[in-house]
Amino acid sequence: MIINGIQIDDTFAEAFNMRGTRVIITAQNLTWAYHAARAMTGFATSVIGCGVEAGIEAEIPSEQSPDGRPGVSLLMFAMGSKVLMQQLETRMGQCVLTCPTAAAFAGITSDEPINLGKNLRFFGDGFQTSKLIGGKRYWRVPVMDGEFLCEESTGMVRAIGGGNFLILATSQSAALAAAEVAIAAMQRLPNVIMPFPGGVVRSGSKVGSRYAALFASTNDAFCPTLKGVTQSELSSDIESVMEIVIDGLSFDDIALAMHTGIAAICAMGSASGVKRISAGNYGGKLGPHHFKLHAIMGIEKP
Amino acid sequence: MSALTFSLKKPLQFAINCAVLTPDGLANRTLNEIAALTLQHGKQAVRVDELFDISGHDSASLRFLNTSDQLDYLGANMHSGRIDISGDAGAYLGFGMKGGEIHCHGNTQDLAACNMQNGRLVIHGNTGDFLGGAAAGLRKGMLGGTVVVKGHAGDRVGDQMRRGLILIEGNAGDYCASRMLAGTVGVLGKVGNYAGFSMHRGTLLLTTQPDLHPTMQACGSHTLPFLNLLYKSFAPYSQAFASLKSLRAERWLGDAAIQGVGEILVIR
Repeated sequence: MIINGIQIDDTFAEAFNMRGTRVIITAQNLTWAYHAARAMTGFATSVIGCGVEAGIEAEIPSEQSPDGRPGVSLLMFAMGSKVLMQQLETRMGQCVLTCPTAAAFAGITSDEPINLGKNLRFFGDGFQTSKLIGGKRYWRVPVMDGEFLCEESTGMVRAIGGGNFLILATSQSAALAAAEVAIAAMQRLPNVIMPFPGGVVRSGSKVGSRYAALFASTNDAFCPTLKGVTQSELSSDIESVMEIVIDGLSFDDIALAMHTGIAAICAMGSASGVKRISAGNYGGKLGPHHFKLHAIMGIEKP
Repeated sequence: MSALTFSLKKPLQFAINCAVLTPDGLANRTLNEIAALTLQHGKQAVRVDELFDISGHDSASLRFLNTSDQLDYLGANMHSGRIDISGDAGAYLGFGMKGGEIHCHGNTQDLAACNMQNGRLVIHGNTGDFLGGAAAGLRKGMLGGTVVVKGHAGDRVGDQMRRGLILIEGNAGDYCASRMLAGTVGVLGKVGNYAGFSMHRGTLLLTTQPDLHPTMQACGSHTLPFLNLLYKSFAPYSQAFASLKSLRAERWLGDAAIQGVGEILVIR
């Protein structure tokens, strides 16, 4: 399959079940909302080393935010509910409670609530105040800049993590420029995040390693500097590969994000230096969700 | 179906306990059965049809006409449905109410919304003392629900209130929010003396500075973003309260005499 001179590989991205949540952070202005949100979603690129994968989903205008102040929504994903709960509380305590003027609210409802401010309230040392407003419980914790306002809980839902596609280009700068275009388009979509730095990951991994202690190692088949010594997936004209990883609340959300990103790259044409779009998988044996590139781009292979 | 309507035939000498006349209590009963119910009037048990003209069929929607302040316990313990009172009501209006709506278009006596648990009570006139309070012998007053008073309220509003929302668009008397345990009381008019007396927790929202007793501690003026949430939540109940905009408030905490951390917020 070729779109605008760019080959779309007949392969699929393999993704996994995760647990996800959404939190809305507001502040006196968008700058401080971003400070809190960036801190909270920092060091959250991969569950392998960070516990959770998290990112900023969207800006929330003041007229749509719970407390009438500007804010952002962020999504957080983990492999299990216990880790998600623990990471959420830790990050709330260290990143949002501490951030001047920031407040936090539930961004999603479900039958499985997880703590947002339920335990953080004890920071108030008995001076905290509870308010039940519209059936939701909020905590007002006295802090040095005034009050930290936080909803008691948010929802936890089933989600999917690990949707991805690879951008194969003739140069590093071309691969990165294409990735930036894709990310810019994908960031406009709800219900998904691209958790890696700038939304892009350069160190795609394969399962296993020659070192027994490691369960993942560099994806040598897509490393351009190893073309001559490994079973490479790269043709001679490919000099750089970038990966975009997507976590989302549903299969359709991730599929739409992949379509949007790939379509944005294809619109640039092969003159941009991008030659192929591929995807990372483990042979289909590990993850239950398969995002087939041809199907996503609108043409199902017979 | 038309609302099941009870029109009082003549002025009452004594108070009547009307607790059985609720949408739940009258559901699935014929008019004859309803007419044969008895209400306590002084020492006598009196048939409902001796006191009221009864018309209409829809027991989920009750109307009381030509009412009197001797009609006690209207809407007591009701779970659902609606009661409209086209006049005054007696004491204990909405006592222990667990759901549904009561709209009283006149005044009420004391202890309206006493031990109310859920639902909505709207009093278009004035109400007496102990609005949202506790019945004698109980240690907790209102446990939930929403009360809106378009007129004035008497003394001891929200006494021992545990949860819920009381909005008073007029004035409130002395000891407003006394012994309050939690919940929110808002007063757009003035309040009398000793507001927040023996207050444990909860919020008393005011728009005019009251004369407070010394054990309410001044905590300064602050911008409180949570007020935005609170104002938004008022919209379904009271446009007067929903029109509040200022997030600046003078905060008082107390009652220090009992190590309480209830708050009085005076909106600026």
